[in-house]
Amino acid sequence: MVQNIIDVRNLSKSFYISSKEPGIKGTIKHFFRRKTKSLKVIKDISFEIKEGEIVGFLGANGAGKTTILKMLCGLIYPSEGSILVSGYLPFRRKENFLKNITLIMGQKQQLIWDLPPIESFYLNASIYDLDKFEAKKRIKKLSEMLEIDEELFIPVRKLSLGQRMKSELLAALIHEPNILFLDEPTLGLDINAQRNLRKFLQKYNKETNATICLTSHYMKDITSLCKRVICVHEGAISYDGKLDLLLKKLSPVKEILIVCRSEEDVIKLENSGFTVKNKIKNEITLKIENNSITSSLKTILNNFDIEDLFINEPPIDEVIGKVLIKKDYDIKFD
Amino acid sequence: MLEYRVEIALWAISGIIPFFMLNIWTKNNLNELINISDVMLSRYFLCAFFVRQFSVVWVVFSFEEDSLMGKVSPYLIQPLNPFFRYFAQHLAEQITRFPFALIIAFFFFIFNPKSLWIPNLSILFLSIVSTFLSFLIQFLIQSIVACLCFWTEKASSIERLLFIPTLFLSGLLAPVVSFPAYVKTWIYLTPFPYLIDFPANLLSGNKTNIIGGLSMQILWIFLLFPLFRKIWSEGTKKYTAMGS
Repeated sequence: MVQNIIDVRNLSKSFYISSKEPGIKGTIKHFFRRKTKSLKVIKDISFEIKEGEIVGFLGANGAGKTTILKMLCGLIYPSEGSILVSGYLPFRRKENFLKNITLIMGQKQQLIWDLPPIESFYLNASIYDLDKFEAKKRIKKLSEMLEIDEELFIPVRKLSLGQRMKSELLAALIHEPNILFLDEPTLGLDINAQRNLRKFLQKYNKETNATICLTSHYMKDITSLCKRVICVHEGAISYDGKLDLLLKKLSPVKEILIVCRSEEDVIKLENSGFTVKNKIKNEITLKIENNSITSSLKTILNNFDIEDLFINEPPIDEVIGKVLIKKDYDIKFD
Repeated sequence: MLEYRVEIALWAISGIIPFFMLNIWTKNNLNELINISDVMLSRYFLCAFFVRQFSVVWVVFSFEEDSLMGKVSPYLIQPLNPFFRYFAQHLAEQITRFPFALIIAFFFFIFNPKSLWIPNLSILFLSIVSTFLSFLIQFLIQSIVACLCFWTEKASSIERLLFIPTLFLSGLLAPVVSFPAYVKTWIYLTPFPYLIDFPANLLSGNKTNIIGGLSMQILWIFLLFPLFRKIWSEGTKKYTAMGS
């Protein structure tokens, strides 16, 4: 049986924030009588993650995804509740815990700006107590996986964003962590670089059985990497489960565009009991429920003279978008 | 690479306050008031320059910027206190300053040939130790102030307040011996005279209590280090990882 590597119980986090009115009057008022209030950004959440799982955290901006990741890796202190990651309390930042994890934040870098990445790799290797031989071996292995070579010897400030991101990943993975916290790892990367990064993460997960917690606004990252997603809405979990179940629940119908040979067939189709979305000349778009798609298609192909047929999945961004904007979305699965 | 070399040279030159002060002191014959010869005063200010070059600390500014920009976050989840990075940066920069400081000393002796002297090896060794201890004290003081970033976000403003006593009481502008006796008693209870005055007097061959000075430096390190540990441990609980 696969063990839980992350166990979160009734976790909450509050921040104190102060507000200031504009202008000199507001500044003076702010100086002498500052208005502060406590803002609860994470509200009593609980979940577990199993070893080797890749879990995507979905949510709108400010929903609390990054705050959850920051608490899981021990960067910030929780206000209430408990977190156990690999058997450790993350905020205590014990050496053995830190040697087991890594955090990668898109656009935030740990590489030394003016030096080639290789220098940062060896520095990180020393921090994680790796000897030079072992460090060299791991740099070689990871650079092959990431397909970087000459870039290792060029100052970081002269690298492209994609090359820099790959180098960041190498620096963050040199100690071969078991748990990866990735906050928007593909932010700002072009499509090819995004795809390569996803391929790398899949390969790393497969080879090392590492657990990956990921946040991303690119749905392709989520769909190609994560079987399970946790949707966060205003600091609370609105869904925790399989991604395909969520998609089925949120989009129970498919749209089928049928191009008929004659307008007569279009009229016949319109009157045959299907739900029609729209109709233009000899083209008609029907909405058919997922569970009856095979039988409906059989009926259509047997009884009508069809020239062409297209099955359209609703765009995933649109579907997931529904979860992100709706509070208390009724998504309950067993 | 040219810009880096120029930058390093400028750092070295920017620390030449002691030479300006030497000029003011000798032009006004102020050294006669404290019974120090011109030669010994020249050596004192040259040594103050050297000690300053190898003990100057700016960790509060680096940490404040990194903390506010969220750059500290990746360092915090590594099994090494981020202040070790800043410590290593300071040491590396001190090494790069060394040749430039030597060049400045060379020109100093050309213009003040009477001041030329070679300290004996044991004094040189003790001066290096004392300068390093001075660096440690300043690094710890600034690190403690830097940790206030977790509460105030603008810790460098507090550091500026500390800069005033550091400037006046450390011996950078005047040897501490020139202060009135009742003021000196109080000054020697603070860490400031052990930052520049003590190591500079030691290296220049002026009369100084070597064991007393080194003991006070070590005492301040022993007092400041646990304070730093405590404030660091409390501060990281307040860290909000803003900017990331």
